[in-house]
Amino acid sequence: MSKTIVSMDQVTIRFAGDSGDGMQLTGDRFTSDTAILGNDLATLPNYPAEIRAPTGTLPGVSSFQLHFADHHIQTAGDAPDVLVAMNPAALKANMRDMPRGSTIIVNKDEFSARNLTKVGYETNPLEDGSLESYKVHGIPLTSMTVGALAHLPLSRKEAERAKNMFALGMLSWMYHRPTKATEKFLTAKFSKVPDILEANLVAYRAGWNYGETTEEFSVSYEIAPAPQAKGKYRNMSGNLALAYGLIAGAQCAKLPLFLGSYPITPASDILHELSKQKKFGVITFQAEDEIAAVGAAIGASYGGAMGITSTSGPGVALKSEAIGLAVMLELPLIIVDVQRGGPSTGLPTKTEQSDLLQVMFGRNGESPVPVLAASTPTDCFDMAVEAVRIATAYRTPVFLLSDGYIANGSQPWRIPEVDSLPDLHVDFAKTQENFQPYARDPKTLARPWAVPGTPGLEHRIGGIEKANLTGDISYEPANHDFMVRTRAAKVAGIEVPDLVVDDPDGAEVLILGWGSTYGPVRAAIDVLRESGAKVAQAHIKYINPFPKNLGEVLSKYPKVILPEMNLGQMAMLIRSEFLKDIISFNQVRGLPFSTTELVEATLEVLNG
Amino acid sequence: MAEITLTKKDFTSDQEVRWCPGCGDYSILATMQAFLPELGVPREKIVFISGIGCSSRFPYYLETFGMHSIHGRAPAIASGLTISRPDLTVFVITGDGDALSIGGNHFIHALRRNVDLKIMLFNNRIYGLTKGQYSPTSEAGKITKSTPVGSLDTPFNPVSLGLGAEATFIARTIDSDRKHLTGVLQAATKHKGSALIEIYQNCPIFNDGAFDSIKDGDSREGALLHLIHGEPIKSTTHAVVRKADGDLEMRALSEINEADIVIHDAHRIDPTYAFALSRLSTNDHVLVGVFRDVARPSYGDLVHEQVDGVIAKQGKGDLATLLAGGDSWEIS
Ligand SMILES: Cc1ncc(C[n+]2csc(CCOP(=O)(O)OP(=O)(O)O)c2C)c(N)n1
Ligand code: SF4
Ligand SMILES: [Mg+2]
Repeated sequence: MSKTIVSMDQVTIRFAGDSGDGMQLTGDRFTSDTAILGNDLATLPNYPAEIRAPTGTLPGVSSFQLHFADHHIQTAGDAPDVLVAMNPAALKANMRDMPRGSTIIVNKDEFSARNLTKVGYETNPLEDGSLESYKVHGIPLTSMTVGALAHLPLSRKEAERAKNMFALGMLSWMYHRPTKATEKFLTAKFSKVPDILEANLVAYRAGWNYGETTEEFSVSYEIAPAPQAKGKYRNMSGNLALAYGLIAGAQCAKLPLFLGSYPITPASDILHELSKQKKFGVITFQAEDEIAAVGAAIGASYGGAMGITSTSGPGVALKSEAIGLAVMLELPLIIVDVQRGGPSTGLPTKTEQSDLLQVMFGRNGESPVPVLAASTPTDCFDMAVEAVRIATAYRTPVFLLSDGYIANGSQPWRIPEVDSLPDLHVDFAKTQENFQPYARDPKTLARPWAVPGTPGLEHRIGGIEKANLTGDISYEPANHDFMVRTRAAKVAGIEVPDLVVDDPDGAEVLILGWGSTYGPVRAAIDVLRESGAKVAQAHIKYINPFPKNLGEVLSKYPKVILPEMNLGQMAMLIRSEFLKDIISFNQVRGLPFSTTELVEATLEVLNG
Repeated sequence: MAEITLTKKDFTSDQEVRWCPGCGDYSILATMQAFLPELGVPREKIVFISGIGCSSRFPYYLETFGMHSIHGRAPAIASGLTISRPDLTVFVITGDGDALSIGGNHFIHALRRNVDLKIMLFNNRIYGLTKGQYSPTSEAGKITKSTPVGSLDTPFNPVSLGLGAEATFIARTIDSDRKHLTGVLQAATKHKGSALIEIYQNCPIFNDGAFDSIKDGDSREGALLHLIHGEPIKSTTHAVVRKADGDLEMRALSEINEADIVIHDAHRIDPTYAFALSRLSTNDHVLVGVFRDVARPSYGDLVHEQVDGVIAKQGKGDLATLLAGGDSWEIS
């Protein structure tokens, strides 16, 4: 039977299932194969709040959304075109996001009376007509997988576990994905368990073959590669990019990397990744708590390493006092805050930008700390290198903000040439007479980095106010005033790139974003401009200090819209610094902005 | 061996010492300044890291590297330093409040990891710097500014606590006994890994005489039972013996046979013996010396062994290879 092939310019697929069904892996593999094919893409994993909620229940649903296209895209897509639901819970949990007319592929085997009642379906949605306005494919994924593996010496349970690979194979057929990389991946992953390897490979191919032969699907789809700049690419998530950026930055600075960390969602992957990179001389220290983690990082920096600590909002709260110490000691330190929903434990697996004021001001005393925010998953790499630059050149703690959205999301990354990375080397203080630990570099205002082991530089530092130059304890009123102002001036004087404004049409309205809103804002700008609207875009990545031209940019636009995933924290900073009124657009649902809501909010301003 | 040419003066900084007159911290400082030349480590390779409290002023007065950090966190900061710089000799200076109250967590975890730190716990059984509140080592019922009708908490025994935290080296000594303190410092600095030194320290302002019962010139020889490896545990009047049921007890010499006195074994791996010793002291009779000194690889050594092992096996990391990953594609 020959099947129709339809060309499409973009598709959004969501894989959803029980947290034990392997949906993240399935999504990851489909993403890698899509990347290899050359589509542009963006992903959005959605983890259940509970690690192992009872099987088949709504809290146990885990999903992975992938948007891929033959052109440049910015987000993981507002609404899926295709939902793959491995059980009734996955269907129920995701139906509200599915537009009418979209495609729904379900694992029919799981739609038993028992499973349906578990999630509150009184009748079977596959049979009661409630899905009439969707294209529904009920496929016995479990039994077909078990059937395909009948020849292998596996228990039923083991065989069933490969059903995600069956689904992956089927979708790979449907969207013409290459299969070599996934086969290679499976072979490496299960090399020690040959039967399980065979099961996964067979299920994957069986899924593909099923797609090709079944009458259930009459059409398959092609999405041509997106035009991309020349170069070598890979798919990259934010947390991985951040970890790599820290390694690269430390290498550029010729410093050993020391990470002190305490596990916390969604930052733990940075600890995991750096723990793997011992061959780079990286030392990771899983401390007893966040205070010890930052303390150890400060100790390592004092000894001449690039001390780093990674955490999320609740961990930042614990680290505050020690960060104040680092401000006083004027030693390099990077604090990575992968933000999540707050306050308190909040929404650990969801995204938010609500730690901004905490990192700016959440310390006792006048305690200025530079703040950087990554804008996309791959930008996490560049901003991590920048954090190393600022921390080492200015001898200061630096906050690097990411959040759950870009930390777990991924996009294609053009791999940088190592030679193109900046030289961040700074000199330690050398043996000298009459050493003054608080004498400053006239340009950067940085004090010397005098590491233990250097003869003649013996000196004492600490959290008590320092006398200018000598660093001795000082309670002198004038000295304290001077030192407070000097520390503030040092941070205010940090060199950061100017804000770039994208405004081809001479717009009156500027959408100003910061951090992870870059993708959604860009997507909205594209839609708005296509419809003839004039809008400008600028994106803040350097928050303390702000880019020097920010005030000038703000003054050019009568209307500035500032979307953020909090109740207006950046707006508060901008209003207070520039006395500029801002049209705040806020949302704290634990999810990134959708393109549609940003477009609507902007149109309201444009038309209002 | 390089000849040691430094003297006490070389380890004395130009800072004016600012403890109250008669504070026990003075004699500990003097002993340390006199001991450091003997350690044979160059000044620049020695680091003192302290928390907050009267005792934590200590680093300012030593001509070495030093950091006066924040309350309770010195073991954490010092851990990061000594793990990344195993070539340094790192001391932690802390108080009973600093180590056992606010910093209790870091204290126990540094010990269990066996991080290469010499932790000197100045135990004056009071919060000195904040002017006299009771501390986690104050005896129950203590009347202080914050406990006008007596404290209700059962105190910590730092030696017992350290043993529970898997410490490999624990000793107790006294501020005013220069010779004993020096001996303990010698043993502690020879030990690889964490060494906890509890120092009974008098605070004449807020808890004067806390240790008078064992410092008094006349009764002193009887009050201090010395823990010396391979020797009987005894003072001139008392000794430690093993009861029929196996438990240890302290008895007057007059009541026992010399032959029944327990011979100290500081190297015993099973910590229950040292723990039993740690429970024997009374107000008038105190065990001093090294309770436990057992060998276990230091945390920093293990960390570097892992890193070196990986590099030996896989070679040094190459950044370009790392960034390229295994799943890349080319657009031309
Ligand atoms: C975060 C914090 N909380 C409280 C204090 C106040 N404080 C300083 S020292 C101290 C207690 C010190 O007692 P101890 O550790 O026994 O030292 P000592 O002064 O007795 O030598 C307290 C409560 C502080 N500096 N920082
Ligand atoms: S208050 Fe006590 S411990 Fe503190 S310096 Fe004075 S005497 Fe020493
Ligand atoms: Mg005290």
